[in-house]
Amino acid sequence: MISKDYLITAAEGLHARPATNLVRLGKKYTSIISLKKGEKTVKLNSMLNILSMALKGGDTITIITEGEDEAEAARAIDIFFTEELKNL
Amino acid sequence: MKGIGASPGIAIGKALVINKQVIKTTGIALQNEEEVIIELEKFHHAVTSAVGEVNLLIQELSLQGDKNTAAIMEVLVELLQDEQIAVDIIEKIKTEYKTANDAVIEVIDNAAEMFRNMKDEYFSARAADVQDTGSRLIKHLNGSSSLMESIPAGSIMIAEDLTPSDTIALDITKIIGFVTQAGGKTSHTAIIAKSKGIPAIVGYGAGIAGIQTNDILIIDGSDGTIIVNPTEEEIIDYKARQASFIKHLTMLQSLKNVSAKTPDDVRITLLANISNAQDMEEAFDFGAEGSGLLRTEFLFMARNSPPGEEEQFEFYKSIALKAKGKPVTVRTLDIGGDKPLPYFNLPSEQNPFLGYRAIRICLDRKDIFFTQLSAILRASAFGGLRIMFPMISNISELREAKSVLNDVKSHLHVHNIPFNQHIEIGIMVEIPSAAITADILAKEVDFFSIGTNDLCQYALAVDRMNEQVKHLYDPFNPGVLRLIQNVIEQGNKHNVHVGMCGELAGDPLATLLLIGMGLREFSMSAASIPYIKNIIVNNSFTSAREIYKTVMEMDSSENITSYLKEIAK
Repeated sequence: MISKDYLITAAEGLHARPATNLVRLGKKYTSIISLKKGEKTVKLNSMLNILSMALKGGDTITIITEGEDEAEAARAIDIFFTEELKNL
Repeated sequence: MKGIGASPGIAIGKALVINKQVIKTTGIALQNEEEVIIELEKFHHAVTSAVGEVNLLIQELSLQGDKNTAAIMEVLVELLQDEQIAVDIIEKIKTEYKTANDAVIEVIDNAAEMFRNMKDEYFSARAADVQDTGSRLIKHLNGSSSLMESIPAGSIMIAEDLTPSDTIALDITKIIGFVTQAGGKTSHTAIIAKSKGIPAIVGYGAGIAGIQTNDILIIDGSDGTIIVNPTEEEIIDYKARQASFIKHLTMLQSLKNVSAKTPDDVRITLLANISNAQDMEEAFDFGAEGSGLLRTEFLFMARNSPPGEEEQFEFYKSIALKAKGKPVTVRTLDIGGDKPLPYFNLPSEQNPFLGYRAIRICLDRKDIFFTQLSAILRASAFGGLRIMFPMISNISELREAKSVLNDVKSHLHVHNIPFNQHIEIGIMVEIPSAAITADILAKEVDFFSIGTNDLCQYALAVDRMNEQVKHLYDPFNPGVLRLIQNVIEQGNKHNVHVGMCGELAGDPLATLLLIGMGLREFSMSAASIPYIKNIIVNNSFTSAREIYKTVMEMDSSENITSYLKEIAK
């Protein structure tokens, strides 16, 4: 299991468009990926779930990746939050 | 009655009221497992065909080069295939024996309701996306056709709210305006209307009932005004406003991405004076490159106790994030006896403008000052904040303010709280003594910002609220100009950058004169930026330098202003 915290630095937060990319990214891997903010945890395979977290700029979240390809999945997620999100 | 102006501009035309068919549940209960399997298949089939349809639409949009709308539709594709939505719908069919139709409606309504209840305006508006997902699924379950009738050209569309699919299905070329009952500034109607430059008013509420198809309407998307069946005079008036808006818009658009540079390559930075995050966002639309003055007074006004550090931190942080690394100059509390604050217990004074105010209060009430500086510093981790002290009259005040700031810095350091260690520190130059001693102050600051409104009233001993003397208030008075010129010169000499955030910065008459003096940073109300930029890109620095030399040789503000007016022609 890999767990890592991210600070949402995009001013708008995690809006519908970046959420679309994130769900699609997660679906490429067999690992189960979860997103946690505060007490609430949701699976990353659903747009509805991600949007329901209403993530805003400045929020801190935890991504938990678990499964056979967790290392690759976590790396891809890492790139998403640290680099790609800024440009979406 | 007014709505929320969501996309600026004026439209005059005929109303077209769109009544949407209400999708209803049937209440039918499935009888056996066989029916369950049939309904499940129907649902899966509806998803596949809806996704196929939207994907085709995306292809078309991409071919037309409309990437923006295509991206909105990508969100819809993802929602149609959403695993959570699917799991919930399948569950309802399997265990509650609901039809696919009813299961979809119930699950979608629940999800839409959840979004609608969210406080954040953006996420709340996503209810429309979820609803849209449901409508598409229902349409493909029942094989019913699209809801849009043919639209006469020049229509102003009146609807409860528009889903992304609606806005895309519409023949937008025939629509000149939108009015919706629901929705906010980030609803789809607003986004689409804005991107297409069509005036729109959202959140008109019950007022919508007063509009019938074929009514003549005037809508003003800038302020949310709607006039139903206007008089001839009103139409003439709004046609004139429409023409001037279009002219203004054309200029705005042509200048927004042009850099503010004279033809002989002197680069000028144009910033906006703001009071909140919303202002910052709007300022970027006018081509601002950040903010040269963030007023913090409003945070402290109209309340019974001073705002706490967390509240202030959130406020500064939201603006830092909005500015995306561009500079934001935060002016620490600038308040005095003329603006009563119940919790400060400020005595009424004979001369409030010469009294207990701004930095004088802050250095006296260090608890309040410490809290504000701490909130600003913490927020500096999220963007390009600078700190500016108002009403500095001598170097001791500056040193004292900086020593409080250093205390805050060590405090944050000890507690391992991140902030920008190299945050720029500057002062407002608005008291004549500060302007005259700019050479002394320059050694201990990173920047100056000339506050012309107060500088002018203090230099000329004129209260501009006083009807009998306000005609003497004149920033073109040679005395005021010499003060300004000294600040710019000393700043440039000591490598301290100099900006101006008073009204003079947004006065087209003064632009070239100030550039000639050596000013490179102007901060003004956002709407003035395109006008000032227009002057900059059309006049050389050499000519500005000549204007400055000529003006400094003139003996009265009458001569100076008439000369500057002549040049402006």
